Amino acid sequence: MGNDQKLARDLVKTTEVEENILTNKEIAHLFIHHNKVLTSHLLPGLDVKTEERKDGVKVDIVLKENTVIKRPVHLCFGMLPKEGVQRIILRADIKRNSKISVLAHCAFPNAVNVKHIMDGKIKVREEAEYSYFERHIHGKEGGVKVYPKALIELGRGAKFKTEFELLKGRVGLIDIDYQTTCGEKSVMEMNARINGTGDDVIKIKESGFLQGEYSRGVLTSRVALRDRARAEIYNKMTATAAYARGHVDCKEIVQDKGFASAIPVVEVKHPKAHVTHEAAIGSVDTKQLQTLMSRGLSEDEAVELIIQGLLS
Amino acid sequence: MGRLELQKISLKLNGKPILKNINIDFWEGYIHAIVGPNGAGKSTLAFTIMGLEGYRSFEGDILFKGLSLKDLSIDERAKRGITLAWQEPARYEGLRIKDFLASAAREKSEKNISDTLIKVGMEPTEYLKRALDKTLSGGERKKIEIASILVMEPELVLLDEPDSGIDIESLEKIFEIIQLLKKKKTTVILITHSLAVLKQADHAFLMCHGDIIDKGETKKIIPYFENKCIPCGHKNFPNQEERKNGE
Ligand SMILES: Nc1ncnc2c1ncn2[C@@H]1O[C@H](COP(=O)(O)OP(=O)(O)O)[C@@H](O)[C@H]1O
Ligand SMILES: [Mg+2]
Repeated sequence: MGNDQKLARDLVKTTEVEENILTNKEIAHLFIHHNKVLTSHLLPGLDVKTEERKDGVKVDIVLKENTVIKRPVHLCFGMLPKEGVQRIILRADIKRNSKISVLAHCAFPNAVNVKHIMDGKIKVREEAEYSYFERHIHGKEGGVKVYPKALIELGRGAKFKTEFELLKGRVGLIDIDYQTTCGEKSVMEMNARINGTGDDVIKIKESGFLQGEYSRGVLTSRVALRDRARAEIYNKMTATAAYARGHVDCKEIVQDKGFASAIPVVEVKHPKAHVTHEAAIGSVDTKQLQTLMSRGLSEDEAVELIIQGLLS
Repeated sequence: MGRLELQKISLKLNGKPILKNINIDFWEGYIHAIVGPNGAGKSTLAFTIMGLEGYRSFEGDILFKGLSLKDLSIDERAKRGITLAWQEPARYEGLRIKDFLASAAREKSEKNISDTLIKVGMEPTEYLKRALDKTLSGGERKKIEIASILVMEPELVLLDEPDSGIDIESLEKIFEIIQLLKKKKTTVILITHSLAVLKQADHAFLMCHGDIIDKGETKKIIPYFENKCIPCGHKNFPNQEERKNGE
């Protein structure tokens, strides 16, 4: 057990959170290293079952009705070795009228050849709220392949927000596939912010189905590409119910030999629904760049600042 | 010596002559104005001095403190102490005002940045963490642009139409800042077609159709500008008859 605690602390160190999340009794956590649960702490109303498997862990999260977890729950899925496969099966059921926010740290700081596969199925029931922030910590080598896949179902009046962020280290390969189905009056927000360099490959596929009346959804992606990095972004919003409102927003900054394609798809199958989209791919705006340079920043420093802003 | 000398500057844009053999000596520490009607070539001249893309293949030379700027990039010119405030400042996405100002600042402490915001009439608690994006009004962006000049502490600044998009109260602030810059020994070059801004200057150059047609103390230039340029029917051409008659 002592070893596991040490490993857990090593993982915490790779993230930007404070180490006391492991000891603070008001904060729930679950730390997984490869296929092993290192440590966990739960709170009343929050049930988590885990099943260790050959190449990963199956995690079942149930949040009971009318339960509010005040502070974000920290999940960590990590691998410190250079090589290996980690497959996480995540099932979450956020029951009626409850509320939870999850910070998932995916730490592969030494990866040379690591594959991380996430298979998520999430139900957010009537009037419940679920937010899921996924922060990736990768090494400098870019030796990570990440396949996050999730199906999300929102009940009447439910709220769901997710953010996928990779701001530090190399991407390697990321292939995101998220699908959310929205019931009546539910609200969905999916964001991805990724900074690609070297020969990184970024694929983002986010789909939203606004099936309930008065449901609302926004899909946002912000990607910066440098060197030979490539990105394909396919964001699709389908509205089939009256008064559904949706928006798709992709913005990519491409420098050097980076290459991006963005396909925002908007489908409206109800005369009273309304979905809009915005997509822009371009190099850094000249006036922004020249302003910063005229204040004394080098071209590289200026580009960096502009990209940090875009991804923030 | 923050002295800027323009020697026989000529520039064509898309084959069209825009600046025509311009010779100006901007003395250090003064407030100068380049004044003239819309389309005279004032912004083009400012962009040429700053070395913006598309404005670099000019004839003649630009000397700052006796050294040519001709082959220097924008940031190299900035490092020599020259900067430019745009008529219509850039909008960014996500870049916080605080980080924008810190990137320009010589002294990057949060206190210096807050104090500077106060100088341009903006409440730091309200603005520091806000993004410098399209949610700000044109006037707010303009004041932040000026704040970024103040924190940079340049030796010479080109202010392109510093009053455009600014309300009257903010205009007073901008004028205070212009005088403050002078007090700090910064050479200020106002690019303007407005009489109110011209009046801030010690010295003015009257520009018309890519040419400097008159120069001198501001009080000497004002009457001509007010009575001839503002109502001018010559569509940005100097009236050759009047010039011959020595007016
Ligand atoms: N890229 C360009 N190509 C051709 N003509 C241009 C270009 N940019 C500006 N001009 C012309 O140069 C003249 C001077 O413009 P500008 O310097 O913006 O004037 P001002 O700032 O005095 O109003 C105008 O006639 C304008 O139309
Ligand atoms: Mg102009």
